[in-house]
Amino acid sequence: MATVRIPPVLRPAVGGEREVSAAGSSVGEVLTALVEAHPETREQIFAEDGDLNRYVNVYLNDEDVRVLDGLGTAVGESDELVILPAMAGGSA
Amino acid sequence: MALPPLERRPCGGRYSDIVESIGHTPLVELKRMSPKPGVRVWAKLESANPTGSVKDRVARSLIEEAEAGGLIAPGQTILEPTSGNTGVSLAMICSRKGYPLKVVMPDNVTPERTELLRMYGAEIVYSPGDQGSNGAVAMALEMAEADPSFYMPYQYGNPANPLAHYDGTAPEILEELDGEVDAFVAGLGTGGTLMGCARRFKEELGDRVTIVAAEPMQGEPVQGLRSLDDGFIPPIIDLSLLDRKIFVTNRDAVIWTRKLLDEEGLFAGVSSGAIARVAARIADEMDEGNIVFIVCDDGWRYLSSGLYTLPVDEVENLESTVWW
Repeated sequence: MATVRIPPVLRPAVGGEREVSAAGSSVGEVLTALVEAHPETREQIFAEDGDLNRYVNVYLNDEDVRVLDGLGTAVGESDELVILPAMAGGSA
Repeated sequence: MALPPLERRPCGGRYSDIVESIGHTPLVELKRMSPKPGVRVWAKLESANPTGSVKDRVARSLIEEAEAGGLIAPGQTILEPTSGNTGVSLAMICSRKGYPLKVVMPDNVTPERTELLRMYGAEIVYSPGDQGSNGAVAMALEMAEADPSFYMPYQYGNPANPLAHYDGTAPEILEELDGEVDAFVAGLGTGGTLMGCARRFKEELGDRVTIVAAEPMQGEPVQGLRSLDDGFIPPIIDLSLLDRKIFVTNRDAVIWTRKLLDEEGLFAGVSSGAIARVAARIADEMDEGNIVFIVCDDGWRYLSSGLYTLPVDEVENLESTVWW
């Protein structure tokens, strides 16, 4: 199962855990398993159209899945997903 | 006595004013970073700009586009949210051109940035550090709404920001490498460097060039959001122009900042370390070609942190400082 790291803003919805395991062979499947196990995360992670919430960034092994294949990006058993809120930054 | 001919021309150029001298920065090969003979790694030293950062290009473009559009005239107070570098660049340019400047900046940036801003005469308004740059943007937008006498260039949404790189940084790189650019890596903050350069490179080179964003993984103490709806995506960012987008932790950024110093003699800021780390990852995946990365600023404004001399685990507030 892939490991999913949870940002502080979502931790109350997963019982305070910093990371959880979730099954799935794509980013979409892993996140669906996460929201089914922790329903309070659904509104934060997914938009009404089923795509990722605009202000959620999801990274597979450090890379933003939006510029890979989005929710269809393949996930391996030992992969790590990181969920982060969209933040301004970078020597601005 | 006749002088011997110069080996390098135009030796940096001759300018009538410090603002005019912005840009025209060196491109330096980093041979120790090359993973194999056919892959050449190049650093674009934006740290060589007059105030020591790439933001000199952006600040000049923001002010001069506003002047050209008749939006500002000397005496007008300028207001801008920044994590530091844009503020310093604006402060220098505004002081040269006669504009009072007020900047909104997180309260957990390094003290050197505060000193630089004061040195150039800017007034500083601090935003809560745990909200990172998002907090500075939100506070500045509120201030601008409450007081219409401010002019806010708004680097996060102003096309003059990427234009500075479309017309400046990218053509300089293309010129130096005779158009042979295979990968380009820059930091993702406002998105100006990436969007401006990516648009120019894609127009000139098509899919030959891979555009890669390095972005900060904000430390947990900086993720002071109440809800994901407090998130922020700079309006000028168009993700379709990026081929890869990779995050770097503060710890890795500092480790690579030290590597640049120790192995290449390059005294750069923390964002440049993060970008170098991503550039090394991309270079490893290449068989041959030129990869260019941006050195956003110099190391002087991070010196008090001790990061250039201390072991990384002894750098104080490593995760809670807004380094870049």
